[in-house]
Amino acid sequence: MHAVVCIKQVPDATEVRIDPKTNTLVREGIPSIVNPYDLHAVEAAVQLREKYGGRVTVITMGPPQAAEALQKCIAQGADEAILLTDRGFAGADTLATSYVLAQAIRKLNAENPVDLVFTGKQAIDGDTAQVGPGIAARLGIPVLTYICAIRSFNLETREIVVERLLEEGREVVAARLPVLLTVTKELNEVRYASLPSMLRAARYQVRTWNKDDIEADPKQIGLKGSPTIVSRIFSPPQRQAGLQLAGPAPEVARELVEQLLQRGVLTA
Amino acid sequence: MPEKFDAIVVGAGPAGITAAYCLARDGLKVVMIERGEQPGTKNTMGGVLYRQMLDEVIPGFWKEAPLERHVIDQQWWLLSEDSAVKFGHRNSEHDKEPYNAFTVLRAKFDRWYAQQAVKQGALLITETVVTRLLRDSAGRVIGVETDRPDGELLADVVIVCEGANTLVLEASGIKPKPRADAMAVAVKEVISLPREVIENRFQIQGDQGAVIELFGDPTLGMVGNAFIYTNKDSLSVGLGAMISEFQRRRVHPHQLLERFKQHPVVAPLVAGGEIKEYMAHMIPEGGYEAMPPLYGDGFLVCGDAAGMVIAVHREGSNLAITSGRLAAETVVEAAEAGDFSARKLSAYREKLEQSFVLKDLRQYRHLTPMMERSPQFLGVYPGLLNRALQEFLTVDGVPKRQKEKQILRRILKERPVTALLGDAYRMWRALG
Ligand SMILES: Cc1cc2nc3c(=O)[nH]c(=O)nc-3n(C[C@H](O)[C@H](O)[C@H](O)COP(=O)(O)OP(=O)(O)OC[C@H]3O[C@@H](n4cnc5c(N)ncnc54)[C@H](O)[C@@H]3O)c2cc1C
Ligand SMILES: Cc1cc2nc3c(=O)[nH]c(=O)nc-3n(C[C@H](O)[C@H](O)[C@H](O)COP(=O)(O)OP(=O)(O)OC[C@H]3O[C@@H](n4cnc5c(N)ncnc54)[C@H](O)[C@@H]3O)c2cc1C
Repeated sequence: MHAVVCIKQVPDATEVRIDPKTNTLVREGIPSIVNPYDLHAVEAAVQLREKYGGRVTVITMGPPQAAEALQKCIAQGADEAILLTDRGFAGADTLATSYVLAQAIRKLNAENPVDLVFTGKQAIDGDTAQVGPGIAARLGIPVLTYICAIRSFNLETREIVVERLLEEGREVVAARLPVLLTVTKELNEVRYASLPSMLRAARYQVRTWNKDDIEADPKQIGLKGSPTIVSRIFSPPQRQAGLQLAGPAPEVARELVEQLLQRGVLTA
Repeated sequence: MPEKFDAIVVGAGPAGITAAYCLARDGLKVVMIERGEQPGTKNTMGGVLYRQMLDEVIPGFWKEAPLERHVIDQQWWLLSEDSAVKFGHRNSEHDKEPYNAFTVLRAKFDRWYAQQAVKQGALLITETVVTRLLRDSAGRVIGVETDRPDGELLADVVIVCEGANTLVLEASGIKPKPRADAMAVAVKEVISLPREVIENRFQIQGDQGAVIELFGDPTLGMVGNAFIYTNKDSLSVGLGAMISEFQRRRVHPHQLLERFKQHPVVAPLVAGGEIKEYMAHMIPEGGYEAMPPLYGDGFLVCGDAAGMVIAVHREGSNLAITSGRLAAETVVEAAEAGDFSARKLSAYREKLEQSFVLKDLRQYRHLTPMMERSPQFLGVYPGLLNRALQEFLTVDGVPKRQKEKQILRRILKERPVTALLGDAYRMWRALG
């Protein structure tokens, strides 16, 4: 089995603040972490490898310091990590990001056929949930989103059966490999890495690929390949707390009518 | 079978990073284990970093390291409730390369410093807590246990640099729990302000820095002090005092810090700033008498973990760095001899004796206990001095001779001559 997990380095959401004056994210001095959903994706891939053998490769597109995030995934049990980094990749939207990731997966597939591609359900900073489906569309493979359980996995029949977490319940679906899965936190519990894995990660040299390594079309990467225009970013205004009325029913009723009259909802 | 290293360093603060840096540079197989997400994320230091000691480890470090400002102006202010007597020094020698001291933000600095050790070949393991030292049947330390699965590691020698909170030394029976009167607690805020505002308020330019230590009212006269240090575009503002004193007075350090920032001489310095970080940390201020054993069969102890802090001079990181360097030197010699016994490792203590570390610690050993026994120093004198100067400087038609008499009478009422003489003698003795 060969699983490729796409991971993104994101600012630690518990520490992000929005500058009230400029309405932009204050990123300075905020520690970076692996997008939390992506750690569940790595865990799922590692668990499958532990059961069925094979390899887990993690990839990310990002600046050189994103190597730290990849190293963390090595500690979590991944076999290999590749950083896709190039000045030309900067300023990518979801379209350009999924293109670069898809190109890298094609190259990996040529080296060692890929059975599964994992992504998180969404990134906690960008929050679009588009990159996973975008990669699948480019690779022409099925995409199964919001995975909360893997029921069965069979390399011989090349079938996978999973549960999807939907608002109204769970949906059980089967697909043929290769397939792309976007995963939720309910899928598994992320392990506390062992000390030998931590040592392996500390010694591990992340491989890097640039735009030429993945034979990227210069028109489809970075700012040039990104048609998205961000017109404004803002934090939604805080909602006013509602009015609560308590007391004996007749009084509450009187007060309620009074309030509705005041607000012009009722007219006398 | 756990992996074996030449040396394991517990804690990646200034002491641990220095030890790992020197050992890796000299070709030993060394691993640093740090509980924080990154080196420095758990550190609180004010802080002033002195150049000399780190220059001995990485010559010219200050040209590359992420430092805030070089210190050219140092002040000591004695505060009463609403006034201050100020004393200070500024010189142009400290404005010249290679400089004397720098303000630093530890989250940035420690991270950079640890990377230098990694470049020398040290391994850095973060987010991992060392729980205790491992010993063989003869009681020799042979490695560490961590909170990770399969979490044991072996080594010829373990260098304990865990900082003020000495849980590993305590769990390993090397040191008892510290007493409340040997441990200070300090709180600190990083308050961001525009560069120009800082430079105007503190009369500095470019990368020049100013630091102020404040005594008396900020700690309600408890043994301790407050500080204001200038960073590039923020101030480090904090205060600390002995834990036993906080307990006795039933105040919380955070309340005191809030109060401090409203003091009439402090408020204008911090006005308009936005709080970026709030941190609390312990400082071992028991001094020489409270130090644990510095070495034993298979282990050494450096920095704050060994109680190497000279509170009056706000020195700690420099003692940590020097002790880390001397520990590494000792271990390199021990490795050459293939002998990690307490006898061989006792060379570490001798090296410390010959350096400023133990000389200074010994010189100041009576100071903190004396200050604790004599609350008048920080409790009475700052107020007395402020009132005396206020009276002296108030021009109200009272003849000067009469004024001097009034002031003297006031002083003698609060501290009789015998007490004054006694205090002078006590201070002179304590400064050794
Ligand atoms: C409207 C908009 C405009 C933007 N404009 C810019 C811009 O101009 N410049 C700029 O630098 N950024 C920009 N970004 C950010 C950047 O485009 C996105 O962060 C990125 O494309 C991923 O989208 P996402 O964060 O919504 O990820 P999602 O689609 O929510 O992520 C889902 C999953 O995809 C995978 N994934 C996502 N990103 C990566 C990656 N880089 N490497 C590997 N795996 C990944 C992860 O598994 C993740 O869990 C913009 C984002 C938005 C929403
Ligand atoms: C508010 C304040 C202001 C100060 N100001 C100054 C100043 O201006 N100048 C100065 O020189 N000194 C100052 N000091 C003192 C200075 O911070 C210390 O002396 C110095 O940090 C000691 O270095 P160290 O490496 O011994 O310990 P630390 O810097 O405390 O480093 C110890 C490291 O070990 C890690 N650790 C602890 N336990 C474990 C474990 N079990 N497993 C793994 N890792 C562990 C910690 O996370 C930490 O990173 C100040 C201290 C405080 C609190």
